[in-house]
Amino acid sequence: MSALALPLAQLEIRSRTGGTCVSEDGFCPGWIVDNLDRYVQPLLEHIYLTVISVAVGFAISFALALLAHRSGWLTAPVTALTSVLYTIPSIALFLILVPVTGLTALTAIIALVAYTQVFLFRNIINGLVNVPEETKDAARGMGLTDRQVLWRVEMPLAVPEILAGLRIATTSTVNLATLAFFAGAGGLGAQIFQDITFRSNVVVAGGLAILLAALFDLIFLGGQRVATPWRRAAAT
Amino acid sequence: MTAPDNSSGSNATPRSTREAATLEFRGATKRYPGQEAAAVDGLSLTVPAGEILVLVGPSGCGKTTAMRMVNRMIEITEGDILLDERSVRDRAPAELRREIGYVIQQIGLFPHMTIADNVAVVPRLLGWERDRIDARVKELLELVSLGEGTGERYPSQLSGGQRQRVGVARALAADPPLMLMDEPFGAIDPINRERLQNEFLRLQGELRKTIVFVTHDIDEAIKMGDKIAVLRTGGRLAQYASPAELLMYPADEFIEDFVGADRALKRLALQRVRDIDLWRAATVRVGEPIEEARRKIADADIDMPLLVDEHGRPEGWLSERGMTGERVRAELRSRAEPTVELDDVLRDALADLIESEVHYSPVVDAEGCVAGVLSLEVISQTLQIPPDQVRTGPDLVAPGDEAVAGSEAPSR
Repeated sequence: MSALALPLAQLEIRSRTGGTCVSEDGFCPGWIVDNLDRYVQPLLEHIYLTVISVAVGFAISFALALLAHRSGWLTAPVTALTSVLYTIPSIALFLILVPVTGLTALTAIIALVAYTQVFLFRNIINGLVNVPEETKDAARGMGLTDRQVLWRVEMPLAVPEILAGLRIATTSTVNLATLAFFAGAGGLGAQIFQDITFRSNVVVAGGLAILLAALFDLIFLGGQRVATPWRRAAAT
Repeated sequence: MTAPDNSSGSNATPRSTREAATLEFRGATKRYPGQEAAAVDGLSLTVPAGEILVLVGPSGCGKTTAMRMVNRMIEITEGDILLDERSVRDRAPAELRREIGYVIQQIGLFPHMTIADNVAVVPRLLGWERDRIDARVKELLELVSLGEGTGERYPSQLSGGQRQRVGVARALAADPPLMLMDEPFGAIDPINRERLQNEFLRLQGELRKTIVFVTHDIDEAIKMGDKIAVLRTGGRLAQYASPAELLMYPADEFIEDFVGADRALKRLALQRVRDIDLWRAATVRVGEPIEEARRKIADADIDMPLLVDEHGRPEGWLSERGMTGERVRAELRSRAEPTVELDDVLRDALADLIESEVHYSPVVDAEGCVAGVLSLEVISQTLQIPPDQVRTGPDLVAPGDEAVAGSEAPSR
């Protein structure tokens, strides 16, 4: 158990002496400017965890959704499974996985991937299912094969919902990754926990997590605008 | 029947180069597992190349199922369907469907593609060259009266009527020898529906495709069909006949009910004034010798002389006093109103007579000159003529409809 205690240890990141802003746990712009480089490494770890988890999560849920879309009956059980996964408390899941995969980024990524499924699978499958019946009927009636119907009609029309799923999944992953340090994967959460009583530290590390989530969201929004010009046309 | 060069139309217009196909239902039957009754039961009929077959009947009669068996959207359980004497069952569904134009009520345009891309779908599947596709798209959008610039827009930017035109253009893209149309005008408001029907008939006059047209509306069936197949519940063919035959000789009570109590009036909508034998009129001019006028009256089918001006345009019905003395005098019993035109649809002409409370009225040609007299008697005689002798015009598109294409405001 000593291995578990290590990442949770409180480290000294500042001087606690003399009645200064810093020693009084205040919000100190001067200290922040001087110590910004402390946050670079955690931020990069956080980005890495998020990008890898969402990418792997997307690949898995996309494959599952295609299978479920073709079979018809798989949708309900997979949806149920992803919901159950999501109800497992994240710290519990990290701790369950540590004995198997150790205190590594892999442990954190496995858990984070599991949590993306509930958003990604549901949105991808809904996007496909919500394509109007008459559109699919017209496509088949004009001589598109099943594969062509999927890739040329259903998938492009599902893009807005798929991107919406990616947005929620990414925001959620940025959030959950702040606990990844329980699995020994670092990230902004580790930085927060290093000195949880120091307001400057918490605000900077927490603020970076928020900014990161917002940045990813903007990227997907931009992607959606580029990928679906037909939706904008409808609004004009 | 391959119809080698029967269509001067396809030579005259570059738009349609492929010959229309013949279509034969041969005992075509659809049974769904676990259901006692067939959806379509032993349907047998032949549609000659270039004709419109309308499948009509109450809901649940299997008309859409019958249509969808043609392109194998629904598989035949028993029997067969032959396209140019070749069974549709021998062909891969996707390849077969690319040769058959397909229009459904909801149209089913692809919302994520521009209008041009929508129209280009089948040519792309067939691997056409880019230039050929571009030229074809342009040609088709013109053909269905969609203006310049429509190609770059998206379906959501068009009105219902415009979308419907795109649907027709898309179905025509690869110049298919057969078109399937399932209630194509069903979702359009009545005014635009009539307009689109007329446009479509004019288009068909040029293209001469073989068409299977499904509707539940008997009036639309009568208007659009060269032949009408009425189906009854259980997917059985109740009658297969031309519109005039159907109206004149309904096979049984079901057809009679379905066609409606006003079937005589509906039949009048199939003919124009020029299609029937009018009464000969005694047209006289002012100053004409009475003797000559009397001779004309003796030759005419109506003993009422009709006074015309120097060009032969009707002025009015001459009174007894106008026929006294040496020469015809301008003494009118009544003005020549209403006048009916040769191109008027018979039903509209009858309505004119009834509205004006007259038994007969002069008929004029395009120049306004008297061409004969239409009377209630003539119309009722027309209804006695057996349907195979009924003369209908090549199309029943009112000339006035032509200018209105594409004039609806797009939805926003």
